[in-house]
Amino acid sequence: MPNFVTVNELEKLANTIRQDIIRMLVAAGSGHSAGPLGMADVFTALYFAVLKHDPKNPMWPERDRLILSNGHIVPVRYATMARAGYFPVEELLTLRKFGSRLQGHPERVRLPALETTSGPLGSGLSQACGIAKAWQIDGVKSRRVYCVMSDGEQDEGNIWEAALFGAKYKLSNLTAIMDRNNIQIDGPTEQVMPLEDLHAKWKAFGWHVTEIDGHNFTQIIDACNEARAIENKPVLIIAHTIPGKGVDFMEYDFHWHGKPPTPEEAKVALHELRTLGGRIQSEHQ
Amino acid sequence: MTDPHLNPTLYNKDVEQEAIRAGFGRGLVTAGRADARVVALCADLTESTHMDGFAKEFPDRYVEIGVAEQNLVTAAAGMALAGKIPFVSSYAAFSPGRNWEQIRTTICLNETNVKIVGSHAGVSVGPDGATHQMLEDIALMRVLPKMRVIVPCDSIEAEKGTAAIAASEGAAYIRLARDKTAVVTTRETPFSLDKALVLREGRDLTIIACGPMVYQALMAAEELSSAGIEAEVVNCAVIKPLDGATILASVRKTGVVITVEEAQAVGGLGGTIAELLGDHEPLPLVRVGMQDRFGESGKPAELLEHFGLTGRHIAARAKALLKTKIAMSRNG
Repeated sequence: MPNFVTVNELEKLANTIRQDIIRMLVAAGSGHSAGPLGMADVFTALYFAVLKHDPKNPMWPERDRLILSNGHIVPVRYATMARAGYFPVEELLTLRKFGSRLQGHPERVRLPALETTSGPLGSGLSQACGIAKAWQIDGVKSRRVYCVMSDGEQDEGNIWEAALFGAKYKLSNLTAIMDRNNIQIDGPTEQVMPLEDLHAKWKAFGWHVTEIDGHNFTQIIDACNEARAIENKPVLIIAHTIPGKGVDFMEYDFHWHGKPPTPEEAKVALHELRTLGGRIQSEHQ
Repeated sequence: MTDPHLNPTLYNKDVEQEAIRAGFGRGLVTAGRADARVVALCADLTESTHMDGFAKEFPDRYVEIGVAEQNLVTAAAGMALAGKIPFVSSYAAFSPGRNWEQIRTTICLNETNVKIVGSHAGVSVGPDGATHQMLEDIALMRVLPKMRVIVPCDSIEAEKGTAAIAASEGAAYIRLARDKTAVVTTRETPFSLDKALVLREGRDLTIIACGPMVYQALMAAEELSSAGIEAEVVNCAVIKPLDGATILASVRKTGVVITVEEAQAVGGLGGTIAELLGDHEPLPLVRVGMQDRFGESGKPAELLEHFGLTGRHIAARAKALLKTKIAMSRNG
């Protein structure tokens, strides 16, 4: 059960998680920067204020499920899980290393608390719908399934198959959250394969759609709460985010989608994060 | 040899014919009655894949997906994560044809308990033509780690195979056919998920077949017998995991091997046996199947005839192979 937590505490946690991400990526020497940094606030909100879960009992049958469809941003999930107590923070530095539970893309068999395996885009929402549908058959009302997906992933047909399916079966125990950061590998989404008007598209597919600032904790939590009150439709929360949020030289730049910082770049990034952009002094000057 | 309790009228012209997919339909209902966790998902082909019986008896456990094969298997993976035992069906050309990657990632790597039913496999699909005549599915599925591959020889075996995979944890692929084909086995015929079965004993050559080609192999054996050649016929219903012991025992006895499948002659049953022989017992091997080409529109019987997939053709290939073997041993 989520304990009472203040926005201030969430912001501090998210900042720590951003630092974890930078450290993990440097240690790994590969991985994705922009998405994880951009989604640090959403993941902090999910694990510390939204999800019904128990880090000491990861397979608690009554837990909410979180499906990560855009599996490549898993570093932010790993970092958030570690800070929430699922495994030691030190293990984060094993990301992408041979023998690690923290594979480059999430694998359920190696780390069951990840709920499923993803990486190839487009399958997560279907899997979330499948869980929701199974619960519907069983008359389960006490749990919710969340699905994080990316905007670039909306190119995949599988996503729209799931959209049709979710609306058909009125999967009201499902909340999808889209990381709308406007970038993908080859460039800005609206240049690679234009998606707008995304809100209108999803509404036409029969989903209840809200849009939020993905860096505003109150908005994130309010939107997740509102979703639980929508009775006859699945919900999509479009979270507008800044790719690379928190690291000045990464923000808004699609080149940081799929590469890690170098050790020198990481030093600059960590300094910025620790001093909140130079606004405070840190012992790590 | 264990008595296979074959259909006693199997060699008659009027042997009973039933579509393999019909046996699956019955097996699915049985599985649904035995375990409330069994659910069924279909991509707009409920009647022709024989999921309609299940849908009628268990409407709350039946999920219509529409023509969306990627969602078919990934939604099923999700249902499996929530504790269900999902069967998904479509034509093999579309599933696993279209959604192979999602099967690989969300079912095999993810280790979810999903049973994939690929119907209308082989050229006997008939008039629909090459696009719908799936020939590559055995190869596609057997090469995936953590995927069982079952090719029942008739409707009775399909019924048993369905019940068996429902009761056995782990992903599985079961291959069905459209056309009515001979009922070779009976209720008493043994079936198990890790055994091949010798249906007919012989010491001159081993014919290993799967699916409706098992009947053709038995017809070939009958024809060869009247020419003084005794063929041993093995029903390899479970291509993965392969019962290497039963097959090696047979081929070590006969020394000559033919495989028969209504599929590409590479990569499927023939490929599996070639690998087994190469590893343990290199022997002369002929792989009867489609020779690196697609099917086409036609009546099932004329297509099988055209592509050399009948008892008569198998018998001819057997005679040719034995002539070569005799020639080789004379020269050796």
